[in-house]
Amino acid sequence: MAEFALPKNSKITEGKTWALPPAKPGEERQVRKFRVYRWNQDDGKTPQVDTYEVDMNDCGPMVLDALIKIKNEVDPSLTFRRSCREGVCGSCAMNIDGGNTLACTKACEDIDGDVKIYPLPHMPVIKDLVPDLSNFYAQYASIKPWMQTQSPAPARERLQSADDRKKLDGLYECILCACCSTSCPSYWWNSDRYLGPAVLLQAYRWIADSRDEMTGERLDNLEDPFRLYRCHTIMNCAQTCPKGLNPAQAIGEIKKLMVERRG
Amino acid sequence: MSNANKPMRSALKNVRGLGAAKEGVQHWWLQRVTAMAMIPLLLVMLVCLLKLATGDHAAVAASFRHPLFALVALLSILAVFWHMKLGLQVVIEDYVHSEGLKMASLLGITFATFILGGIAALSVLKLFFGA
Repeated sequence: MAEFALPKNSKITEGKTWALPPAKPGEERQVRKFRVYRWNQDDGKTPQVDTYEVDMNDCGPMVLDALIKIKNEVDPSLTFRRSCREGVCGSCAMNIDGGNTLACTKACEDIDGDVKIYPLPHMPVIKDLVPDLSNFYAQYASIKPWMQTQSPAPARERLQSADDRKKLDGLYECILCACCSTSCPSYWWNSDRYLGPAVLLQAYRWIADSRDEMTGERLDNLEDPFRLYRCHTIMNCAQTCPKGLNPAQAIGEIKKLMVERRG
Repeated sequence: MSNANKPMRSALKNVRGLGAAKEGVQHWWLQRVTAMAMIPLLLVMLVCLLKLATGDHAAVAASFRHPLFALVALLSILAVFWHMKLGLQVVIEDYVHSEGLKMASLLGITFATFILGGIAALSVLKLFFGA
């Protein structure tokens, strides 16, 4: 059955509080509390939420800036993924202030009260804010995300009209951060069989590509009650996408093609 | 597939699983067709039944003898029960993960749909033929 309560070993308890040292005379501070999910497989404890105080006058504006500051200056054991710090790599996807987004493009000042940071929902956790995305990446591999053709490779590049190229806008920008898939209740309950919004958007990116010649085979591979039709247009994916894309619309286009090809 | 075996298998093996079922379009399409059919059917039914709410048993029985009304009633029953079966199937597939329980629930809703829909249709036919 679907899980409506956390399993026993996932019950979250209150963790450590890392207070700022007393302010020096004349020092102006703007203190924010960051409440961060902590778990590692070594200490045998259930997950805890640690509280870190950060002086925002001495910190960059984004949530990732604060996390890096905490890791550098307060608690080096805090573990999270990050790389580009400008919203193109998708590594720092996490659940911030109740929504999935990229820590590097989420400004602390857009959040009211304490900044609550959890790993992407309903994924196995490796440590702290690092989820295990192996299944997600395997699902991406399963849709063969590369150009496939029947006609022999041309001597030069494959041509595409400007209009056909436009059809890839809103699709090619996806950075596979997994914010959308891990915000989707259907993906929570059935991620073993449902491909999820991110992978389906990527699948549509190749279905919509005028140069790709395996459209029918791609649709064949998706025509399944679970792989595609677990999408119930809940729209969490479009709501949460940090790049402003609309995976639900891409899924809708796939469903339309499924009907269209029946005649 | 037992969870104990999963760590030994590649993630891609689990994801590719038994392959695509090559169905699901028909279900998706019929759910929308029955939904569209229900809009006019249920509007007509609602208006007629509200009108009948003030009448006695004889007036209700008499109105079901009108072929057009009986037809709308039968088509409504078909659309509603068909749509109900398709919708419940989705709910079960979403939430019931044990294969045995899933199969039993799917069989259960299928039989329940035919029994309840059959009773409803029979009631209309009984009134129509004035038995």
